[in-house]
Amino acid sequence: MSRHPLFLPLILVGGLVFGFGLGFSHMARPEVVIDFLLFDDFGLLFVMFGGSIVAGIAFWTLPKLRGSAPLTGRPYGRRLKSFDRNVLIGGSIFGVGWGLSGICPGAAYASLGIGNWPILYAIGGMFIGAYAQGVWRSREADAAAAAAPGDD
Amino acid sequence: MIDAAVADLLGAGTMEAAFPNGVSRYAIGGLFVGLGTVLIYIGTGITAGASTFLESTLSYVSGQSRFKQYRPSRDWRVVFTLGIVGGAAIYALIYQGDPWSLAGSGWTTEVSPWRLFVGGILVGIGTRVGKGCTSGHGICGVGSVSRTSLVGVATFLVVAIVTANLVSALGVGL
Repeated sequence: MSRHPLFLPLILVGGLVFGFGLGFSHMARPEVVIDFLLFDDFGLLFVMFGGSIVAGIAFWTLPKLRGSAPLTGRPYGRRLKSFDRNVLIGGSIFGVGWGLSGICPGAAYASLGIGNWPILYAIGGMFIGAYAQGVWRSREADAAAAAAPGDD
Repeated sequence: MIDAAVADLLGAGTMEAAFPNGVSRYAIGGLFVGLGTVLIYIGTGITAGASTFLESTLSYVSGQSRFKQYRPSRDWRVVFTLGIVGGAAIYALIYQGDPWSLAGSGWTTEVSPWRLFVGGILVGIGTRVGKGCTSGHGICGVGSVSRTSLVGVATFLVVAIVTANLVSALGVGL
């Protein structure tokens, strides 16, 4: 299946606008996030609510205007993930990490673009963490597959 | 303009206490973050989050079965992330002078390497186990009014507030 020639260029433009916003909002600066979490500056609420309201308007109106996206044929839908224990466990682990470091993935990439090179400590950590959970969960899934009878 | 409107609404004292840096940088930045999400959504129907990039990129170098599901999306996720890096660089070039010059007006964080590194490991585990991060759950999921994402955001927000206050109360420096 070949992709539309504008697919990757659009992803790039979307990323550029997204990253510009993270820079402009100062969310790419860990000190600003930590100040927010310590109730010294509530401004970050405007980033999250501003962003989600803009996204929400698109998620609600586009499905009513047309059925699928022009570059992929993918149906327009909302981002709905199933709920289970992992949302609480993972959210808690992420919360400890976010509270300790003041950085989340998107803001970390943006921080690097601003020239904040020490953020590489955080990005390196994120890859290590993502790899570690990947190894654990691969092992679990492989063991479950092996235990299931007649699964060939 | 935005700051004046919010100050009118809250009163100058509350404004100063709650938003010492004003609100316009946050509101305008948030609009751009939302706009970037919307541009990708309009063209592709994809609700892109930032943390999947970690696992999808690991699929280039690791054969772990967990990462296989991300192979079809790994190339555009690299492009998305490069866009985020580039967009922030454009911001820095416009507003902060030369970000690559060590002596220039670009900043580097005062938060210590160990906090960034240990926090980063936990962010890497937690966002992937918890099905999303501040962009996936926070922007796309909340924008979708997904109950899972609202619970996810409430969880990581409350835990992060407790963690940051605990660390601060223990007298740990940045």
